[in-house]
Amino acid sequence: MRYAKNFLYIVGLPALLLIGWVLWSAQSTSFFVPTWEQMTNAFSTTWTWSRMTTDVFPSVGRLIAGIIVSIILGIVVGLLVGSFRWLRQLMEPTMEFFRAVPPVVLIPVFMLLIGIGDDMKIAVIVLGAVWPILLNTVEGVRSMDEVLSDTSHTYRISGVARIRYLILPSAMPQIMAGIRQSLSIALILMVISEMFASSAGLGYTIIQFQRSFAIPEMWSGIVVLGLIGVIMSFIFQIVERKVLAWYHGQREMENAG
Amino acid sequence: MTTSPEEHTPVINQGTMADTPDGHIPVGHTLPEGEALLSVRNLKKIYHTDGGDIEAVRNLTFDLPKGELTCLVGPSGSGKTTLLKAISGLLEPTAGEVKLAGNLVTGPPKNMAVVFQEYGRSLYPWMRVRENVELPLKVAGMDKAKRSQLVDDALEAVGLDHVPRSYPWQLSGGMQQRVAIARAVAYQPEVLLMDEPFAAVDAQTRADLEDLVRRVWKQLGVTVLFVTHDIDESVYLGSRVVILSSSPTIVQQDIKIDLPDERDQLETRSSARFAELRHHVYEQIQLAKQGFRPDAAKAQV
Repeated sequence: MRYAKNFLYIVGLPALLLIGWVLWSAQSTSFFVPTWEQMTNAFSTTWTWSRMTTDVFPSVGRLIAGIIVSIILGIVVGLLVGSFRWLRQLMEPTMEFFRAVPPVVLIPVFMLLIGIGDDMKIAVIVLGAVWPILLNTVEGVRSMDEVLSDTSHTYRISGVARIRYLILPSAMPQIMAGIRQSLSIALILMVISEMFASSAGLGYTIIQFQRSFAIPEMWSGIVVLGLIGVIMSFIFQIVERKVLAWYHGQREMENAG
Repeated sequence: MTTSPEEHTPVINQGTMADTPDGHIPVGHTLPEGEALLSVRNLKKIYHTDGGDIEAVRNLTFDLPKGELTCLVGPSGSGKTTLLKAISGLLEPTAGEVKLAGNLVTGPPKNMAVVFQEYGRSLYPWMRVRENVELPLKVAGMDKAKRSQLVDDALEAVGLDHVPRSYPWQLSGGMQQRVAIARAVAYQPEVLLMDEPFAAVDAQTRADLEDLVRRVWKQLGVTVLFVTHDIDESVYLGSRVVILSSSPTIVQQDIKIDLPDERDQLETRSSARFAELRHHVYEQIQLAKQGFRPDAAKAQV
């Protein structure tokens, strides 16, 4: 019963929106608003398996690669910057500068420096997605509880053990919040990175449809993007629930008490 | 102690006057060189802040013999926590020194464990009870079978062998503090420092935990320094009570608690001797609060 209710909550609004769209688009005469029959046709003819393998999977692969590199880079640099005050003072103005530069404007430069392959596209994703993780990690490390830190000192937990058992878990709630922000930035940059000097990819395909006025196909591509976003968010939530089970449990206890 | 207003007191005052870098002031009980397990000498701590220097601890000198349970009691804000942090090597003193078994303390020593007041913040919330107790041993590189045995014994000693799979935040305050004590016990320290460990638990739990500390102390033969602001607690627990003055802190008095070794919440607390000792410590604390200082240090400021 409870599961049925939860399920209704999850699918309720999408179902309503879908029905509304079918009713509304059925009498559409606008060229830019295809009817739902046109859309479903376009969707099934466009997103065939061969298109998935040539355009969607490579894009998603770059997206995942970009996210993984961002997470590793963000956490490692964040741990260092958060742990050493002098490094923080040294890096802060520089980081603010690079953070303020939109990665998109660097694409032409990257094309010249790195080329137009996967490396460049992944670099663009990382350049945008790394910041929320990095800055949140720095904050997480800095907001370490003093008593917990003292306790670890008195039990002589230092070096790698300190990072593994104390700093990383204690910063994990903030790191996770950073990763969550980074996921949506990464998806946007995945599309944008394929707008220049590309011949394949999800972003490239959508732009091509737009330029050739294949409107139903363009819409179907946007739906695919949205679905990727939903899947990413679901995976993230599952991982987050698992990694931060202690954190949510503790919060619940505090709120209950 | 010519300035002592307590001439009728039945308490043997072990505090003697000594010439220190901070003047002619009383010091705690000291032992001949090499006999003390923990020795604090002319410890001074000044905090440098933007608003000027704050002298938290002026001059503290006392020794802890091996195997004794000493209570440190003082009015609130008397630099108890500062002293404890200096002893545990978390804080560098401005002057003076702390020696543990003859070695100068410059960082957290290997054979010392600390139990903090804030149990909720001293246990790792991402680890289960067992993992919390085990972690210091694991990091120290002890082999699995041995540390498993130590953890089991420690959890049993504090009466927590039934909740090893729980997270600390799933337990009550008193039980969380038991976990912290178990962790200290499993670590097998020579010296156990406790910083107002029961200040945040309710009165009934507190009585249980006090008895637990006495029991653990006797079982392990560990040397305990128990910091508290609770006068009854200090008299009930200790074999000796060091009374601190108000800040800037010096030793106000160092007294021996000559209560029977077997203590009982009901019997001991209602005995005449307990009342006398409690009365004495209470009076001293009141004096400290009013700013009475058993020294010339006041004039020296």
